[in-house]
Amino acid sequence: MRETEVLSAPLLVEYPFTRTVGPVQSAFFTALREGVVLGVRATDGSVVCPPVEYDSFTSESLSELVELGDAGVVTTWAWVTEPRDDQPLDHPFAWALIRIDGADTGMLHAVDAGDESAMATGMRVRIRWADDREGSITDIACFEPEAT
Amino acid sequence: MTEPIEVSAMPDGLWSQPAVDTAAIDVLGGVEPVRSIRTPASLTYRYTPGLSQSRFLNAMAEGKILGERCPQCGKVYVPSRGACPVDGVPTTEPVEVADRGTVVSYCIVNVEFTGRGFDIPYASALVLPDGGDIPLFGLIQETSHEDVHVGMRVEAKWKPPEEWEKSLENIEWWRPSGEPDADPETYRELV
Repeated sequence: MRETEVLSAPLLVEYPFTRTVGPVQSAFFTALREGVVLGVRATDGSVVCPPVEYDSFTSESLSELVELGDAGVVTTWAWVTEPRDDQPLDHPFAWALIRIDGADTGMLHAVDAGDESAMATGMRVRIRWADDREGSITDIACFEPEAT
Repeated sequence: MTEPIEVSAMPDGLWSQPAVDTAAIDVLGGVEPVRSIRTPASLTYRYTPGLSQSRFLNAMAEGKILGERCPQCGKVYVPSRGACPVDGVPTTEPVEVADRGTVVSYCIVNVEFTGRGFDIPYASALVLPDGGDIPLFGLIQETSHEDVHVGMRVEAKWKPPEEWEKSLENIEWWRPSGEPDADPETYRELV
């Protein structure tokens, strides 16, 4: 049989999901669009951000929203040397858990620190808001080190 | 006082998430609440079909449907994956099958989905090409979906030759060939 050239072609598998957010995340995303971060008060009085519908320990419904600050503390992080398409930044950055002022839990987001050496657990970071906000986690463009 | 956020299109009683107290948050007053978010997921691959399917696709670009025959059971697989799944031996003999065949299974599609421009309802079908032993997936057009049935004889509607690529999409759809229904014995193993 004649030698065959093996073919190769790009293949994109794409799912254009839209999902409803429920009452708690609706409040969270709506407030983000207005430039405010919300948490929710858990049964033990602590504040969870991003807010959740049910208490992680007691499973009780949670309904008390709490307005938080727009800065916080990095509790853990990982440096991304080669950002991928659709990640928040197109140059090296850190994924970090950020405990927003007034909250007791960490929110995952990007920190635009410029260089890995600028990252440290415990550092303070502040929200850089997106220019156009539409009610999405990307309304927070990223966090940046707080000026000292 | 803000209105409670209505986020569900579900009928009463099916929505079980807790209501939240939005009145305490000033920025939620008088603004349109976010009800949904877009969360697209995409996976970027490079697909390599292998030798047998490369031969099949190269033949498609010439307007031919090429299968391969198993040297043991004699069955012709279209497109071949390179080996007979029954006997576990390579399928080495290329066999051109006809661009007409028999509907051995079908379903009526009543739900529109992304990427298909066809008016619903329409029929998609498995078509056993003459000379082949496994069916190809395709659409049935140029007839009412209500007339589609198992045993129906169909022929391929090709794109114009200048548009042929190394793709099964060179066959736009299958349409009735006008022949009488096939003898059920010819596709008995497949229904």
